[in-house]
Amino acid sequence: MDFLRPASWEEALAAKAEYPSAVPIAGGTDVMVEINFDHRRPEYLLDLNRIGLLREWEVGEDVVRLGASVPYTQIMENLRTELPGLALASHTVASPQIRNRGGVGGNLGCASPAGDSHPALLAAGAEVEVESVRGSRLIPIDEFYTGVKRNALAADELIKTVHVKKADGPQQYSKVGSRNAMVIAVCAFGLALHPETRTVRTGIGSAAPTPIRAKAAEEFLNAALEEGGFWESGKVITPSIAKQFGDLASGAANPIDDVRGTAKYRRHAVGIMARRQLIWTWEQYRGTGNGRSLEGAA
Amino acid sequence: MRVNFTVNGRQQEADDVWEGESLLYVLRERLGLPGSKNACEQGECGSCTVRLDGVPVCSCLVAAGQVEGRDVVTVEGLAEFSKQREEHGHGGACGTGGGCGSKGVSLDAAKQWQAHGPNSELRSRAGDSQTGEGVELSNIQQAFIDAGAVQCGFCTPGLLIQADALLEENSSPSDQDIREALSGNLCRCTGYEKILDAVRLAAARQSEAV
Repeated sequence: MDFLRPASWEEALAAKAEYPSAVPIAGGTDVMVEINFDHRRPEYLLDLNRIGLLREWEVGEDVVRLGASVPYTQIMENLRTELPGLALASHTVASPQIRNRGGVGGNLGCASPAGDSHPALLAAGAEVEVESVRGSRLIPIDEFYTGVKRNALAADELIKTVHVKKADGPQQYSKVGSRNAMVIAVCAFGLALHPETRTVRTGIGSAAPTPIRAKAAEEFLNAALEEGGFWESGKVITPSIAKQFGDLASGAANPIDDVRGTAKYRRHAVGIMARRQLIWTWEQYRGTGNGRSLEGAA
Repeated sequence: MRVNFTVNGRQQEADDVWEGESLLYVLRERLGLPGSKNACEQGECGSCTVRLDGVPVCSCLVAAGQVEGRDVVTVEGLAEFSKQREEHGHGGACGTGGGCGSKGVSLDAAKQWQAHGPNSELRSRAGDSQTGEGVELSNIQQAFIDAGAVQCGFCTPGLLIQADALLEENSSPSDQDIREALSGNLCRCTGYEKILDAVRLAAARQSEAV
C-alpha cells in the first residue's frame, strides 16, 4: 500500500489521474473501518486532509458551496439557518467524535443507501461538483446515486464541493434507529418546502438500493397544495392530504429485510415520517409555532 | 513510512509505519502509549478518543499518515494539557493545527506549553492511583475517581478526553449536553450514572475555581 499526501487540490487530481484505483481518505470514518477489518486493501490511499479548500464553505446568494470534507459538526454549528435539513441530518450521524471527522463528501463517495446526508441533499436540491485533470462538472444529486454503494464518479474524479440550495422554506429530517447515537439508519426521510417555487422535495434513505426521492408523493402534494390554494392561504393541511402524501412516500420505498429491520416496517415508517414531517414543516410555514424545533432533534 | 507528529507536547517520530495503520496503533504499539484503548476499531466505542489538533476524534479511524506534522493529546498527557489550559487560557495545546484555530490559541502559549516538556506519565509517579492523592490529575480525572465512575477502566481514557473537551466548550453542561457529548463512548460496567455524576462534579468544581 502507498500513502499519497497531496498538498494541494491540483496535486490530488494529478495523483488520482495517475492512480485511478487510489481510495480517497478524508475523515476516514468509513475507509479506516474497512482497512481495520481487512475488508479492503487499497493499493493507494489518497489523503485529502492537507487540502484546505475541502474544509471550507461559502454561503452564496442561492446555494451553499460546501467543501467535501467540512465536518458534520461544522455544518450543525454554522449552517443550520441555510441548510436546516442537512444540519438535522448531520446531527444524527454517529457520535461527536465521528461528526468531528466525517463530512458529506465521504457520504457521497461511499454512496451507501444508509448515508445520513442523502435524504437531506435530495430534499433541499443539490449538485455535486466533481473534478479531474480533464475538468470539472456538476452532477445533479438525483443522478449521482447509481446503485448500492455506487455513484456517478469516474475513476479519475474527486468530489470537491457540494452545491446545496439554501433553504427558502422549512425543512425536516428524521431517522429511525434503535438509539439516538451510533446507529445506522433503519430508514430515514427528509422533506423540504420550497415556497419560492411552490414545490416540495423529499428524500428517502435506507429504504431502496439507492437514496431516492418520493416523486409520486411530491407530485401529488404539489398539485394538492396548488389546487387548494394552500401556499397563499397558509391554511391547515387536511388530514386526507397528509395521509395520501404519507401513503405515496411509503409506496416509493423499495426496501429489503435485513438485520436492522424488515421491508414492511421500513415502508410503514417512511410513510409515518413523511406524514409527520409534512405537518411539522407546514405548521412552520404557517408560522403557528407548532412546528417541530430545529434545535437538537438528534 | 515514517510519521512525525507531536504527542502530548513532545515531537515524536514513528518508523516502519504501515500505510494502512491507524493512529491508535501507532500510539499504542510504536510509541508505547497504551492509554488510548483498542476495542472496536470501528469508531463505535470511543475508547480510543484523543485530541487531534484540539478536536476529539477516534484515533482508530485516523490513518497514521494523516497525523504528519499535527498535534495529538492522549490521556497520558491530559493532566498536563489541562494544567496548561488553566495557566495559559483556553486550549493551551491547540496551537499547531487548524482544528482549534478559531479559539484564539496564541502560538506563544502553545510553544510555552511544549517547552515545559510535560508528558506526565501517571504510572511513573509515586502517587495513589486509587484516590488520586499525590498524583497530578486533571479536574475531570479527579472527579472520575471521586464519583466512583471507574470500574474496569477500559472506557475511561476515552471518556476522560471527551468529557474534558465538553467542559472546555461548555462549563455548565445540562444533563442532555453531557449525554450527547458522551454518546459515542460506550461503558459496559457502570450504567453511566456515575460517569454523569463525575462530569457534573467536574463542572461544579470548575465553576467554583473560576
